[in-house]
Amino acid sequence: MHMGKDLVAASATPLVLAILAEGDSYGYAIIKRVTELSGGHLQWTDGMLYPVLHRLERQGHVAAKWSASEQGRRRKYYRITREGRAQLVAQRQQWKAVDGTLRGIWMQGCTA
Amino acid sequence: MTTFADRPLEEQIAQWRAYVSRRQALSRPDVEELEGHLRDQLVALTDAGLAGDEAFLIAVKRMGSLDALSREFARAHSDRLWKQLVMAPGAADGPAQTGSAETLVVFLLAVAAACAIKVPALFGHQLSPDEEMPLFYARNASIFVFPLLAVYFVWKRGSGMVSGLWLALPFAAGAVFANVFPFRPAGDTEVLTVLHLPIALWLAVGFAYVRGRWFADGGRMNFVRFSGELAIYYVLIALGGFVSILFTFMMFRAIDMNPDWFVAGWLIPCGAVGALIIGSWLVEAKQSVIENMAPVLTRLFTPLFTVLLLAFLGTMAWTGSPINVEREVLIGFDLLLVLVAGLMLYATSARDPQAPPDFFDGLQLLLVASALVVDGVALAAIAARISEFGFTPNRVAALGENLILLVNLAWSAWLYARFLRHRGSFAALERWQVAYLPVYSVWAALVVVMFPPLFGYR
Repeated sequence: MHMGKDLVAASATPLVLAILAEGDSYGYAIIKRVTELSGGHLQWTDGMLYPVLHRLERQGHVAAKWSASEQGRRRKYYRITREGRAQLVAQRQQWKAVDGTLRGIWMQGCTA
Repeated sequence: MTTFADRPLEEQIAQWRAYVSRRQALSRPDVEELEGHLRDQLVALTDAGLAGDEAFLIAVKRMGSLDALSREFARAHSDRLWKQLVMAPGAADGPAQTGSAETLVVFLLAVAAACAIKVPALFGHQLSPDEEMPLFYARNASIFVFPLLAVYFVWKRGSGMVSGLWLALPFAAGAVFANVFPFRPAGDTEVLTVLHLPIALWLAVGFAYVRGRWFADGGRMNFVRFSGELAIYYVLIALGGFVSILFTFMMFRAIDMNPDWFVAGWLIPCGAVGALIIGSWLVEAKQSVIENMAPVLTRLFTPLFTVLLLAFLGTMAWTGSPINVEREVLIGFDLLLVLVAGLMLYATSARDPQAPPDFFDGLQLLLVASALVVDGVALAAIAARISEFGFTPNRVAALGENLILLVNLAWSAWLYARFLRHRGSFAALERWQVAYLPVYSVWAALVVVMFPPLFGYR
């Protein structure tokens, strides 16, 4: 299944925030988690995650810290902030609304 | 670092990193983060049984198109292209040791320059707001700050102690010749020394800039670019300084204090020398981040001056009125040639030598040709009356400079014409321009060393 670019971009923010809400993480692990969660349906170009993370960092939704990884290399870890959690709640409501609307119209189609 | 035992793979990663680093929208920490990602991906892929080069292909492909990526980064960090003007790369986060060490060295050198300019005050050369500035300071201005600038470049380029000591020679010689001659008070030769010593010593700064390799790797042209950018930065800093002086006066006068002595004795001299060091550092720091200013100004003013010169020639031919040979006219036309030579030099510095001739090159030639004609007319007028003037040091110096610039521009025009008719290369013109640079400094040195005794220190 191929997903449109705009939809991928729009879903990136809530997805990243939700994954970080599970616990601190770094770029590569976030992408792996996305693939896992979507069962491979949501394919991101790997590099594109980083501008999203940086934008969230600038907006204050996530905070970043460089620390050593298990192999001793420097790695940038991301953590969700309080504003980020609030943002996640807001996004969740919006997506629920979209989801509910679409469900409503498609269910009608099924019953008709 | 997770390094791979696979040597070719490490080389491929290094190449990829170098390639990615060239993107302006990506800062050093970004590249490090992306490289980390690439390495994680490679580990996963090789663990799954892929060979190193296969894994590399897939990992890079998954990273996505670099163009799209840097566009996204630029959107996420739209301020970055601006911020890099003042911040050393990676100053905010990431490995910044070199950046902060440099900031410290620059700061110390600027303070050292500010102190140096105050040392003569201990020996009775006072700067006070009530008297005119003693010519001692004007004569020695370059000696207070150029050596420190040279020290900065020696440090930055990692040149050895020996070459550093060689560089001290011209500055020492400059200090001697600026101070041993018994100039008559406010004589012409003293003013000539004031004007020419910086030009002579700037060549020594240039040697420090190119690490003593004057003829290698386009270093001279880079020094030309550096000088132009420094001039622009210096003017900007000076404007800021002027504003701060205005505020100093306004505020302290409001509480009935007179800050005259502070402004004239400390703020202006210390600021003037310190700004040169800071300006140089700024030029070095922002190098290659955005397009340089000097070539942009050149593009703006070349057409303007071409039109001006042609209008002047046209008017003169139409009305037939001769040039009114007054005292200052020779210096005026000297300055005109300096300006045209400068426009030419910076146009050359910004041009891709491989590109074919275009409209702007034709315009450049027209500018040089019309400047030559204007100067020729002026020189003819002056030559006709030179016997009336007699030889004063000012006139000999001005005449010499006119000649030097004339030779440069005439040969440049010839090379330009050849280039436009596809008979020669642009590289030849560039080579000529940079090869000619020391001539200015050598002539300036001659004026400083020979003229005072030659004309009896008047």
